Amino acid sequence: MIARLDHATHTTARMQVAGQPFLKLDRVDKTFARGSTSTNVLSDVNLTIERGEYVAVIGHSGCGKSTMLNLIAGLTPVTSGAVLLEGLEVNEPGPERAVVFQNHSLLPWLTCYENVKLAVDKVFSGLKSKAERHDWVLHNLDLVNMVHAKDRRPSEISGGMKQRIGIARALAMEPKVLLLDEPFGALDALTRAQLQDSVMDIHGRLRNTVIMITHDVDEAVLLSDRIVMMTNGPSATIGEVLDIRLPRPRKRLDLVEDKEYVHGRAAVLEFLYARHKAPQVEAAE
Amino acid sequence: MQQLAVREPLIATPAGALPASVSALVGAAAVAPVATIETRPTNPSAAKPIATRPARAGWAARSLEWIGTAVVPPVLVVLALLLVWELACASPKSSLPAPTKIWAESQDLILNPFFVAGPQDLGLGWRVLTSLQRVAVGFGLAAVVGIGLGCLVGQSQWAMRGLDPIFQVLRTVPPLAWLPISLAAFRDANPSAIFVIFITAIWPVIINTAVGIRNIPQDYRNVAQVLRLNQLEFFWRIMVPAAAPYMFTGLRIGIGLSWLAIVAAEMLTGGVGIGFFIWDAWNSSKLSDIVVALVYIGLVGFVLDRLVAYVGKLATRGTAAA
Repeated sequence: MIARLDHATHTTARMQVAGQPFLKLDRVDKTFARGSTSTNVLSDVNLTIERGEYVAVIGHSGCGKSTMLNLIAGLTPVTSGAVLLEGLEVNEPGPERAVVFQNHSLLPWLTCYENVKLAVDKVFSGLKSKAERHDWVLHNLDLVNMVHAKDRRPSEISGGMKQRIGIARALAMEPKVLLLDEPFGALDALTRAQLQDSVMDIHGRLRNTVIMITHDVDEAVLLSDRIVMMTNGPSATIGEVLDIRLPRPRKRLDLVEDKEYVHGRAAVLEFLYARHKAPQVEAAE
Repeated sequence: MQQLAVREPLIATPAGALPASVSALVGAAAVAPVATIETRPTNPSAAKPIATRPARAGWAARSLEWIGTAVVPPVLVVLALLLVWELACASPKSSLPAPTKIWAESQDLILNPFFVAGPQDLGLGWRVLTSLQRVAVGFGLAAVVGIGLGCLVGQSQWAMRGLDPIFQVLRTVPPLAWLPISLAAFRDANPSAIFVIFITAIWPVIINTAVGIRNIPQDYRNVAQVLRLNQLEFFWRIMVPAAAPYMFTGLRIGIGLSWLAIVAAEMLTGGVGIGFFIWDAWNSSKLSDIVVALVYIGLVGFVLDRLVAYVGKLATRGTAAA
């Protein structure tokens, strides 16, 4: 497991020596211009994330959380400021910042195995042999307990299973940062809980750096080391960052009455519903 | 007339025999459901043997049902139409031939598609094959170029702005309007006919492919971007499979149009094809032959359409249901 994480190229070591933060959002500003009107979605966002941290970003809908994730992924360019991963500016998408999309985004014409294989073949084409790549696909399917469905197509499996495959595909790229865009948003409560446990388990084993967008307070407190709370848009920014000092591994049931958990939950709720209430229009939705 | 009288029983015999057998089949197929509906509410125990019957009869029952639902109605309708046609054209002064007359005059064409009696006296099968060869070349080119251009127009905003207006104008030009220009350009009948096929079939392929490419969900593009797929990988791994259903819609319309255009083009260019056959038959007043040729063209067009649809179904398996 250690070897896997240290695999992360030569630049890593150099930057670590230089004392750079792992991932840094430096005065990030994002304005969408459409014709003559322009909307300032994010304004002056500053955030530093350490290697191995699990960070949740929470906020009301329309606050620009997904935009922030897209900026880190490189899918959307920043208007001003910079996203720095190990000291290098992010200016295009890449497999070292793998994204698990909200609606899974599996390719429907490929089987589950082939969906993961596509990513593995692309990322490890010169680095692993064919047999190694095959094993690596199966290993990642096994991480999310989906080996049994490897030959099925996405249309033949449930929503939760699709999201598992999406996670396997992202993990298989051995990303430096795993970006989860409301990964469990479209799932029912029971499936969501199962997947949250899986993600906690995987994070415990691989210690990857994870940034998760969510609008679920319990999910944020349960999974993350820090919760980044966004103010409402337009011109949203980080309102507050809350540390969750719960020991890992965390057990859902044990936490229900845990003081730190209850306190964290209350703090997030207070931020979201007392100090930064959703705008009237959105509350009506 | 003498000949006609002799021929008449020939067609009358199958026509007379068929309805009897057909009605027997219809009866067999129709009785079962009626029985179920009637017995279920009144006598539940009577439903049992009916429920077990399909299992016991199995394959035979299913094929009988298929004949009853898919074969019998069109056969009945065709027979009825033939009868109406026969009655309408029965008069000796009729300008169009009746079915019996066609049978009498063009029996050789109907019964033997592949005879060779001379350079211009060929079975219709050979003529259809010659036409199909032209269609294969013209449509094949249209498919390749059309999908290529469609991808370009669907993918590039600039290409769309530049090319789309031209496509929209050119696609309304009737196939035959291209013929004089292509004859002038190629100075030969065969490539001209192929060009007319090409230019007729290409528009729906381009337009449908472009729509398919433009409708590729942003999610798939994001996946491709995160994976850093290059242009070629993106084309084969994402674009082609994602747009395949649209492409095949275009190809299906295209093959239909090609078949429409080939007949028209061959009428003017001459040669061995089915289109020229019709023109030749018209010039020698063989109306019966023309009717037979029309049936051939219709059947071949139908088969072509089904063929492309079938290939499309195979190729896009899994793509349609996202």
